[in-house]
Amino acid sequence: MSIMPENSYLGRTSEVQGDILEVSMGPHHPSTHGVFRMVATLDGETILKLKPVFGYLHRNHEKLAEGTSYLGIMPYTDRLDYLNSMTNNWSYALAVEKLSGQVATERAEYVRVILAELSRLQNHICLAGFLLQDTGASGTPLMYAFREREKILDLFESLSGSRMMCNFQRFGGCRLDIPEDWIEKAKIIVENFRVFLDEFEALVTGNEIVLSRTQGIGILKPDLAINAGITGPVLRASGVNYDLRKVDAYGIYSRFDFRIPLGKYGDTYDRYMIRVLEMRESIKILDQAFATLPAGPIIDPKAKNRGLRPKVGEIYSRIEGPKGEIGFYLISEGGPNPYRYRIRPPSLINLTTLEDMCLGQSIADAVIILGSIDIVLGEVDR
Amino acid sequence: MENLETIQSQLSQAFSDAYITLVPNPILGAQSSLLIDPVHAVKIATYLKTTPGLQFDYCSNVTGVDWLAKDITEPIPAGSAPGTAANVKRLHEGYLEAVYHLYSMQLGHGPLVLRLRTKNRTTDTTLPSLTPVWRSAEFQEREIYDLFGISFEGHPDLRRLLMWDEFKDFPMRKDYSEPDDYEWEPTAHGAILTKAQAHQKIPTQTKEVTV
Amino acid sequence: MNTITDEEKKELRKAGVLVTSLEEIYNWGRSHSVWPLQFGLACCAIEMIAASMARFDIARFGSEVFRPSPRQADLLIVSGTVTKKMAPQVIRLWNQMPEPKYCIAMGACAISGGPFRQGYNVLKGVDRFIPVDVYIPGCPPKPEALLNGLITLQEKIKNQKISGDNAARHLRSDTSCYYPVPRFGEHDLKPPYNPDVWKCPVIKQEPNP
Repeated sequence: MSIMPENSYLGRTSEVQGDILEVSMGPHHPSTHGVFRMVATLDGETILKLKPVFGYLHRNHEKLAEGTSYLGIMPYTDRLDYLNSMTNNWSYALAVEKLSGQVATERAEYVRVILAELSRLQNHICLAGFLLQDTGASGTPLMYAFREREKILDLFESLSGSRMMCNFQRFGGCRLDIPEDWIEKAKIIVENFRVFLDEFEALVTGNEIVLSRTQGIGILKPDLAINAGITGPVLRASGVNYDLRKVDAYGIYSRFDFRIPLGKYGDTYDRYMIRVLEMRESIKILDQAFATLPAGPIIDPKAKNRGLRPKVGEIYSRIEGPKGEIGFYLISEGGPNPYRYRIRPPSLINLTTLEDMCLGQSIADAVIILGSIDIVLGEVDR
Repeated sequence: MENLETIQSQLSQAFSDAYITLVPNPILGAQSSLLIDPVHAVKIATYLKTTPGLQFDYCSNVTGVDWLAKDITEPIPAGSAPGTAANVKRLHEGYLEAVYHLYSMQLGHGPLVLRLRTKNRTTDTTLPSLTPVWRSAEFQEREIYDLFGISFEGHPDLRRLLMWDEFKDFPMRKDYSEPDDYEWEPTAHGAILTKAQAHQKIPTQTKEVTV
Repeated sequence: MNTITDEEKKELRKAGVLVTSLEEIYNWGRSHSVWPLQFGLACCAIEMIAASMARFDIARFGSEVFRPSPRQADLLIVSGTVTKKMAPQVIRLWNQMPEPKYCIAMGACAISGGPFRQGYNVLKGVDRFIPVDVYIPGCPPKPEALLNGLITLQEKIKNQKISGDNAARHLRSDTSCYYPVPRFGEHDLKPPYNPDVWKCPVIKQEPNP
């Protein structure tokens, strides 16, 4: 059917033969999450091929670490996944603790869980805001998300001195002890977050536009996800039950009662809903952690941080960061600096199946699919 | 997961002509690794992925390591002519290494650490790619090619990942020398001071303080 | 020539007469509607986004909209590490921005390479290729620091001249607004810096007695 008169150009678009068009989206693009480039081959608006190009933020973190002491690398790990510095720090501190045979104190383990779950909250709400910004709801959901995020960042700032680059974990515990009134403030903020989540969900989750733009888009099958090494909420949205907090039970996660939400279809809507449900589970963990926080030293008095020279050997240790499995592989030759320092970046490996998810979709959906994978370029390029 | 010696003997039985040794790791409670020879690597990887009881379906991390050439001292073999020295020194040519960390999502165990080594660092730096077995190795092997120079045979798309295509060096190698843009270093000390002195005279401060 | 004092201006304003100079009102209009380019590289970009959100609100300083296209923007906030791979794209964006344009180097990495300075892929400061107007130190600088930098830029714009030898860059005929884009070499960028924009500072320190 045509509403255009027969002799108009627009009425005859079906007769127009198109060429294949290659579009380079990025590295500067208002919708990509950082300097990330996608070279898309398009037929009209349908994607035929999509190749990601990285390296625009490659800051050779791994080479720098070979010339820095073990403690000196800690501030660099803040800048990997720059939204969650607390979990990056914890993953690295855990790796060095295993390498050098140190153990964190009981109170420090609880504090680490509290900070990691707060970090997960602010990361997931940030993602929800950015994803909705990409669908075209320009500004408003992001404003709500950042409003809540600012409250959590205030907590981090009053504790460690910096909003984002906290540099808070040490080998054997944490850098500083948390004051009593910090816990009271944090409890109020978490309680308000629960109310805010209800409000956010009421506005967004059942929204017709969000549903039609995210359901059925970018489906990822579980077999492909496992083979491609996808981890984190993206994997669980495809239905695979693999969360390191339950599988490895690192730290003291085995003491808390929380569930792992799983998706059914593996599309963008599932990836978004998994994060909302994970936020609710994080609030549960936080409530339990606040209630059972023990007294005690925040760092092992005999912990060795400065001038640490671990024995010869290697270690690979991983935790469940908000984006996926963040792991550190360290080889020590007995010196003050690591011989080889490798970061297993969840964002880079989660991008392995970007092309598979985007084939056959329109170019506007590619932006949403990228947003739902939740990448941070500091981690992809290191 | 069974312990590493059991897996090693299982693999040796399945692949009788493959070279599989255990590389011990002195750290308490940490993972030792299996060194396998490159010729049988893809077959061993497929075996590890598909055999019930092992089922390593998730390759978590692929790392490149650069080991420089070094002198090693070995005792001379028995039966040599009398009067020769007790130990002999030889130059062990360095090699590049690819380390794979494998886990199993279905059985929930791991990690199993596999190592593949090239013959040397200069002329023979190819290894077989394990991307056909585990797709998660795709970008990580490209990164190792980019930064270390190991060429992976059988990789679907081997090109540089992080540096630009015209770049010629392999930056993560231990003997890489970076470009010289040390013209202005405001608080230079140590090795940076030496590099900056080549451009302009920098009055040195009081003596170096080491922490 | 311009000998009207501030008291006289106040008296005239009370009578409903506004007295100003062309330069003052031209600069006042420009400085209070600086539109930045939506350009974030790394961690500092998150603080830039936080500065545009409800709590810190860069919109009340006139930067209401962050333009996605460089053709419509006046301000390039280089927020984050400029790597050598990204440097040609940054300079191309800068070239595409029409004059008058300003550049803020936000964060330690944009000023001089930051914590990643000793790196083979890190450009030691974006001012090696682009003329920077305001430097904001910090890693990352808080959104308040970015707002302070924006106010400093506004002061700078208000003090620009519109004629004569010291006129602003876009009003002179002897300056070019095209900055050459470096190419990718085999080991480094070619050229490693733009000699018209960045002259290597000479270090003069008195040695300690």
